[in-house]
Amino acid sequence: MATTEIPAGSGLVQPLGRSTAPDNFLTHTRGFASWALTLDHKRIGLMYLACTSSSFLIGGIMALILRTKLLTGNSVSWMSHDVYNHMFTLHGAVMVFLFIIPGIPAALGNFVLPIMLGAKDVAFPKMNLGSFYLWIFGAIFLVTAILAGGLDTGWTFYTPYSTATNTSVVLATMGVFVLGFSSIFTGLNFIVTIHTMRPPGMTWFRMPLFLWATYATAIIQVLATPVLGITLLLLICERLMGIGIFDPKLGGDPVLFQHFFWFYSHPAVYIMILPAMGVVSELISTFSRKPIFGYTFIAYSSLAIALLGFLVWGHHMFTSGQSKLASVIFSFLTFSVSIPSAIKVFNWLATMYKGSISFATPMCYALTFIFLFSIGGLTGLFLGALSVDVHLHDTYFVVAHFHYVMMGGTMVAFLGGVFYWWPKMTGKMYNETMGQISALLVFIGFNATFFPQFVMGARGMPRRYYNYLPEFQFFHQFSTFGSYVLGLGLSLAAFALIYSIFKGKTAPANPWGSATLEWQCSSPPPHDNFSQTPSVNHPYAVETQVYDPQLGGFRKDPNVVPLEH
Amino acid sequence: MNPISSLTSLFAQAPAAIENGFWFPAPSSTIAAEVDWMFYFILWINIVFFVLILAVMVYFMVVYRRKDMNLPPTSTSHNNTLEVTWSVLPSLLVLLIFYWGFTGFLDLRDAPANSYEIKVTAKKWNWTFTYPNGYADSDLHVPMDRPVKLIMGSDDVLHSLYIPAFRVKQDVVPGRYTSLWFNANRQGEFQLFCTEYCGTKHSEMLAKVTTHPSGEFERWLDQAVMKLDELPPVELGGLMYKRRGCSGCHSIDGVAGTGPSFKGTFGTEQAFADGSKHVIDENYIRESIIEPTAKVRAGFRPVMPTYKGQLRDKQIDGLIEYIKSLKN
Repeated sequence: MATTEIPAGSGLVQPLGRSTAPDNFLTHTRGFASWALTLDHKRIGLMYLACTSSSFLIGGIMALILRTKLLTGNSVSWMSHDVYNHMFTLHGAVMVFLFIIPGIPAALGNFVLPIMLGAKDVAFPKMNLGSFYLWIFGAIFLVTAILAGGLDTGWTFYTPYSTATNTSVVLATMGVFVLGFSSIFTGLNFIVTIHTMRPPGMTWFRMPLFLWATYATAIIQVLATPVLGITLLLLICERLMGIGIFDPKLGGDPVLFQHFFWFYSHPAVYIMILPAMGVVSELISTFSRKPIFGYTFIAYSSLAIALLGFLVWGHHMFTSGQSKLASVIFSFLTFSVSIPSAIKVFNWLATMYKGSISFATPMCYALTFIFLFSIGGLTGLFLGALSVDVHLHDTYFVVAHFHYVMMGGTMVAFLGGVFYWWPKMTGKMYNETMGQISALLVFIGFNATFFPQFVMGARGMPRRYYNYLPEFQFFHQFSTFGSYVLGLGLSLAAFALIYSIFKGKTAPANPWGSATLEWQCSSPPPHDNFSQTPSVNHPYAVETQVYDPQLGGFRKDPNVVPLEH
Repeated sequence: MNPISSLTSLFAQAPAAIENGFWFPAPSSTIAAEVDWMFYFILWINIVFFVLILAVMVYFMVVYRRKDMNLPPTSTSHNNTLEVTWSVLPSLLVLLIFYWGFTGFLDLRDAPANSYEIKVTAKKWNWTFTYPNGYADSDLHVPMDRPVKLIMGSDDVLHSLYIPAFRVKQDVVPGRYTSLWFNANRQGEFQLFCTEYCGTKHSEMLAKVTTHPSGEFERWLDQAVMKLDELPPVELGGLMYKRRGCSGCHSIDGVAGTGPSFKGTFGTEQAFADGSKHVIDENYIRESIIEPTAKVRAGFRPVMPTYKGQLRDKQIDGLIEYIKSLKN
């Protein structure tokens, strides 16, 4: 048998039999210290996954409590105005800084990127571990801020409110400052890894699109995040030392803060969505059993989004009092970003043409992504158009829009990616029916939660409101019931994944038939990923993978010559 | 309206007939029709593209669903003509949206020279509208069929003035003036919101906008001023309490809010944040209105904005009499 020629744990797929390799990255070393001090990108990725998912759970529970309050438009005894304001601030801050920004790059990216690339680890493993601990410190700062007086500024920290309020603004901004460095470390690591650690044959245009997306994201992380750091330091200076930068009483300018803040936070929107688009590119191709359509267009559109994303921050400020000319220029540039996103959607659809489409859970999430992201993207056109934005700005319409992009887009792609790479990470297959039902519940619950918010926003319901007028009650209640369905779907997804760790079937090396490199090593991968440098084909040469019912998965057919697609 | 609008008014009217009142409150200013038209134009572009994407996706999901594990026959994976088509077509459409959004925006922002000017002061958590004759009110009254320009400033943090029925919104920024204008063309009472988060009672920073037909507005303004001067001091104080924002923080039922309740406090001795004690008398109330942070009651934060120069002596006297009248 061919298996005898390949030593166990070599990382190469054994042609027959399950991956019985005794040594993998999970069992390589044992004990708490072997995880806490690990330099293995896979373990760091898993630790990030556990921590960011926990943050998502906390942020999600806050969202459900907020929505429960909003069942009524009047004051309730169990939640005061101030508690509500604290909670929507923390919901936003936790979701943005602890979950969405690090979610895909730091958790999935850390695990997958080096293996996809054919490398043994990232370029700077210690810096990678450092990035994880910075995340932990940042999170501790945020938790301390909550315990020491809370935070009621909104996640945007707009001045002069944030310099005047007596809540823990300094602690919270310190936390976000530290989290920024965590993000910069990850980005820097990915850029250097992709530039210097590609094995022979892995040319730029043989990189899977997830790597292109992560690379584009890393550029933004490295270039934009320092601006947030500086802005928050200036805010702290003003609060602690009374140096007038943003406060008009001290000769500062509050609108300047908004410029600084959005100079980071708009590109940060692309830190959130670009990796999600990368995940979806992998999913659509794999589950259609087809090479991705328009590879170079999708790759370049990621870079285009990363670069254009730097030039549109002012569209958050059309009603802020910034000059008319600035608003007009920012509106124009904003529309230019919509085109690369549209190109991606069309290419994903074209990939499905004449495919063999499987509805495994990751694909259900990928299709959900296309549906929700299309709505999120298209409703952006209303907000980019100056005259219409004036009416819609700071209403629930905007809330619905960015949740369709951030949650319907990024979070759904994150879930798709987690289900997709779960067998690789844990060596276990999750229950497919449970996964599919979770995707369906998320789809229904999400739309029921956020679609009514478009309508009430256009009808004039402002955001960040504790109480509201009776005319909006129907929409709010509809939205709240939707959020319960959404919560149920997400709980089921979590249950399906955790259940599989204990009861799941052993996963084959390549359950889905993808041709990218991470599926060429065993599930879970060995400590060093590859014992010998892997041979690199086109990442979407799916014709090299044939289904083997005995494996319950796919294996490489040595007789097939891979095509350059 | 745009020249092409007649061609595309089909787009605007079809949904408007079915959905008038679904997406928007009834348009009540001259600019509202233009904004709504633009909204429906984008809505229809959205619907067409979304239905297209969805139809293709669902069709492929059904027709190309996996039937066996064999590799599907090889088909092409790039087509430059397609790529260029689906890049250029949307680009042209968004350029059009940009252009019309831009011209509409100029109409929204450029107030006509003959506008009737009203000064707006925003503070946590109330609005004050001051008319050219000095009369101030917490609700907004405007003449119809005449451009009205609001010149706005904030006493504390950022606020934003939003009247959905008029489709206008503008942030109110401390340390500078911002403005917006509209020409109301429907009689009635409309809602005004604060749409920039400003702290505890952000969601209660509301006001009503009443539109008066031309000619009646001036009469309303004269009567409002006269009524004020004729009122007995206690009633004037009660009116100021409601209109000038005292009620946002100070209750009259004995329950402490952001500030202490007015009920039963006059003449009592109270503890202050600096540890001192002081009797609540006429001079203390006057000082607290003009220089609120001079003496802050124990257990409360120094957050009240000053009313110096905003209330006349007669109105302060009225407030003192009103507080005196609120006995236990």
